[in-house]
Amino acid sequence: MASWCDRCGGALADGDHTRCTAARALEPPRFCPDCRRRMKVQVLPSGWSASCAVHGRTGPDQPRSATGR
Amino acid sequence: MRDVLDHAHDRVLDHGTGLDEAGVLAVLRLPDDRLPAALQLAHEVRMRWCGPEVEVEGIVSLKTGGCPEDCHFCSQSGLFSSPVRSVWLDIPSLVAAAEQTAATGATEFCIVAAVRGPDDKLMAQLREGVAAIREAVDIQVAASLGMLTQAQVDELVAIGVHRYNHNLETARSYFPQVVTTHTWQERWDTLSMVRASGMEVCCGGILGLGESPAQRAEFACQLAALDPHEVPLNFLNPRPGTPLGDRAPVPARDALRAIAAYRLALPRTILRYAGGREITLGDLGTRDGLLGGVNAVIVGNYLTTLGRPAADDLALLDELQLPVKALSATL
Ligand code: SF4
Ligand SMILES: [Zn+2]
Ligand SMILES: [Zn+2]
Repeated sequence: MASWCDRCGGALADGDHTRCTAARALEPPRFCPDCRRRMKVQVLPSGWSASCAVHGRTGPDQPRSATGR
Repeated sequence: MRDVLDHAHDRVLDHGTGLDEAGVLAVLRLPDDRLPAALQLAHEVRMRWCGPEVEVEGIVSLKTGGCPEDCHFCSQSGLFSSPVRSVWLDIPSLVAAAEQTAATGATEFCIVAAVRGPDDKLMAQLREGVAAIREAVDIQVAASLGMLTQAQVDELVAIGVHRYNHNLETARSYFPQVVTTHTWQERWDTLSMVRASGMEVCCGGILGLGESPAQRAEFACQLAALDPHEVPLNFLNPRPGTPLGDRAPVPARDALRAIAAYRLALPRTILRYAGGREITLGDLGTRDGLLGGVNAVIVGNYLTTLGRPAADDLALLDELQLPVKALSATL
């Protein structure tokens, strides 16, 4: 279960992240939802990918990989 | 009573001469009920002096984040608490980005780096990247790497970069409010070298940084004095952690007034929709701008934010019966 807002890095349990969720339609995530580390994010013309140093890589169509790649 | 649009009809539509600063300001100050007429005239000017084609471009960030400059709108400055981390794109991904862009029918692919100016590492990466793209993809390559030395300008020409983007961003009189780590004049100097080299000059800016309507008009005329091949028009998309992160986006009507005004200042320039249009204008406004002076689009995603799907823009151009410029027309 994600604990952190992937846009602002705040705790999902605290505060209202409705604006973050809306903004995410036009933004990739910036924070790892599992550990709130800032992710390395690469935006390409037709996609993006984001990777957390600990929790691995994710993209719009890819579920998070468990291997850290 | 004749207003600025009647004057612009003679001067801009009939003679292809852009409006002066007072004229641009008058367009920016038109009441809402004159906006449709302003857009209509701007569209006629675009059709007459540029033609119906729309130039389609894709962009990608070769080096993201960690920039030492302090442009107050930019999420890639390393001086703010923006969540954007520094990252380099590898060459296979760069080629993939060019392929994705070419697949939309785009003729332009712009490689961008968040730097004050290129260092040797960036120039080497660019050299390798441009060669790999030219090997694999039929598309024109542009670059945007900040301020250049003469040797770097020469090298870009030698490796086949045909257009260079360097935005003046805002009016000269307002620039110090937005950037303190370099000057408007330094940007102008790079543009002068690019112009002299024979590369096409691409220079625009961002509206909604807090500039006044008079400064918006001033900027349009400073761009007209530069006479760039292309002007990308961005609208501020307030980025978290930047000094302008809490500013409200430009209201749609003001953005459309600016599109019409900039077309009337720059009758022959490629006027491109760049970042922020999704937020400021939405789908409806995007259409109004394409029928109001804009004749080029960035399709797909931007550098750190996402755009609407390229297919949506291409379908819209099709519906508006605006043909996409073909590669053969640009060579
Ligand atoms: S020079 Fe470019 S990348 Fe760097 S802060 Fe300014 S706009 Fe951003
Ligand atoms: Zn949030
Ligand atoms: Zn993580």
